[in-house]
Amino acid sequence: MSTKKEQLKKSRANWCLECGKCTAVRPISQANGTYSPRRLLAEGLFYGGEDLVSDSSLWSCLTCQLCSARCPADVKYSNYMRDVREDAYKLGIGGQPTHSGAMQAVWDIQASPTLLPNRTEWLEPDMKVQNKGDFVYFVGCLPFYEPLFGKDFDFSPLSIARDTVRILNRIGIEPVVMDTERCCGHDVYWLGQQDKFETLARLNIEQIKASGGKTVITACPECALALDHLYNKHIGPTGFQVKHIAEVVADNLDKLSFNGYQSEVTYQDPCRLGRFLGVYDQPRKVLEAIPGVTLREMQRIKAGAICCGTTNWTHCDATSKQIQKRRLTEARDTGADTMVTACPKCQIHFRCARCSPEGSTIDIKVTDFVNVVAQALGLSGADCRAGE
Amino acid sequence: MTTATVTPRGTPGKQAEKKPETKAGKKPGNQADKQAGKQAEKNAEPQFIPNIVVFACNWCSYAGADTAGVNRVQHSPNFRIIRTMCSGRVTPGFVLKALQLGADGVLVSGCHFGDCHYQFGNYRAVELFEKTKGLVRTLGLEEGRVRLEWVSAAEGSRWGEVINEFEGQIKALGPSPLNLHPKRSGQTA
Ligand code: SF4
Ligand code: FES
Repeated sequence: MSTKKEQLKKSRANWCLECGKCTAVRPISQANGTYSPRRLLAEGLFYGGEDLVSDSSLWSCLTCQLCSARCPADVKYSNYMRDVREDAYKLGIGGQPTHSGAMQAVWDIQASPTLLPNRTEWLEPDMKVQNKGDFVYFVGCLPFYEPLFGKDFDFSPLSIARDTVRILNRIGIEPVVMDTERCCGHDVYWLGQQDKFETLARLNIEQIKASGGKTVITACPECALALDHLYNKHIGPTGFQVKHIAEVVADNLDKLSFNGYQSEVTYQDPCRLGRFLGVYDQPRKVLEAIPGVTLREMQRIKAGAICCGTTNWTHCDATSKQIQKRRLTEARDTGADTMVTACPKCQIHFRCARCSPEGSTIDIKVTDFVNVVAQALGLSGADCRAGE
Repeated sequence: MTTATVTPRGTPGKQAEKKPETKAGKKPGNQADKQAGKQAEKNAEPQFIPNIVVFACNWCSYAGADTAGVNRVQHSPNFRIIRTMCSGRVTPGFVLKALQLGADGVLVSGCHFGDCHYQFGNYRAVELFEKTKGLVRTLGLEEGRVRLEWVSAAEGSRWGEVINEFEGQIKALGPSPLNLHPKRSGQTA
């Protein structure tokens, strides 16, 4: 366990200017007025903090980094929350898992080295993939989301994976798709389960190295963050670079000819892709390059974007739903008919909000960036306009 | 209640000894090992004794298991029942958690269609079980490790058949790949 002194130093809490911006911008505080990052920091660092590990507020932090983006003193609130979660985990305390802990069990089972997952059933004959090569497509949790959420939310998470491979093929990349890939460990990391994170990370790094991959491409911002920043920071230099599919498409726009896609869209910046990895312009550049697409921006975008309201499959509550509904309303108010996001989890969360009685009145479709690009290229089998 | 069901005739004392272990229930894997150990001593050759978790709904299947006990239906004792109010409560998370913690097989059991105490709970169970199967397959475990069955309160003999059949199925599949590793992937809160 890290000491209070270390935590104070790491979190930079003593630099706080008491300006209150973090409380003002936080999506949670807007929906739940009693939540204040400063108060939690003070509680944890200066007034004992024994209660903080068992406080449910510890798990409701979305770690979306919006408060840090606004903080003039660069106080690292999300990182502090993560450190306290690690302490809590060591004491056997955890947050309230969503979906009865299905995803939690999926991560834990994947951490078992004797397991041989079976993750590439979704590949179709027209897709060109190989066993060894420079490019690896890291699929992430999509094969698990398919059975778990596909039917309920009326979309196919695996269509994102299929479309990604088809787009890569069109660009001229034949990626490696690993059958025994593991969970990237992003969620267990942010839940403070460091030991599991390291196990999963090592299993993945080993496989990627064995496949000869020099560039790992993923369609999930969380996988990108974990494989890039977290692995390098916690496990050591990985020796491969990591790109989100939006960056790859933006770099190869000259190789793609779009048929067109008639739609007015608005783009939702996923917190991991935007604030953490700094990818703001590439997806917009791609969307604007598609003939027929009009991009209408929401009020709060890029570093100021509001996130999708829940994370790590933990602690989803009425506050999360509030955040999602507000964001959907903001998206609809732009006049767009479709909200495009580059994160499969964002899509699941927004679609879930659309299923609630209040949310169903907000008339906007939600789809993935990859699906839009594939449709515009005439590649997609999935109808990305579904999900009304 | 269940103890009566799982007691093989003529060995009530033994069952009573085992009971506290079952109750502690935290490390089913270890218990399987211990059981396996005992059996091995007796037979002088190691034998795989599967560790089976059964989710049984309160109104039909749990009562069905009870009926099996009252009627002294002979069946395998290698399973542990977890009573739920309805099979519709058994989400994929429950089943996966059981597998993660060392179960070799998981059986979900509820009322026949039309008999569910909550009317549509078992239709919900079918939907949930489809999800479970998808996850189990993707994880690389055999789909045969999980099973959904309907047993009514009166079907004591059917309960025995289902249990024996499922045990045979798991025996044929062998121990869960997750149990081959000495240290399991850890427990989450
Ligand atoms: S935004 Fe930064 S400086 Fe302002 S109150 Fe919050 S932590 Fe303190
Ligand atoms: S009560 Fe038995 S299945 Fe619902």
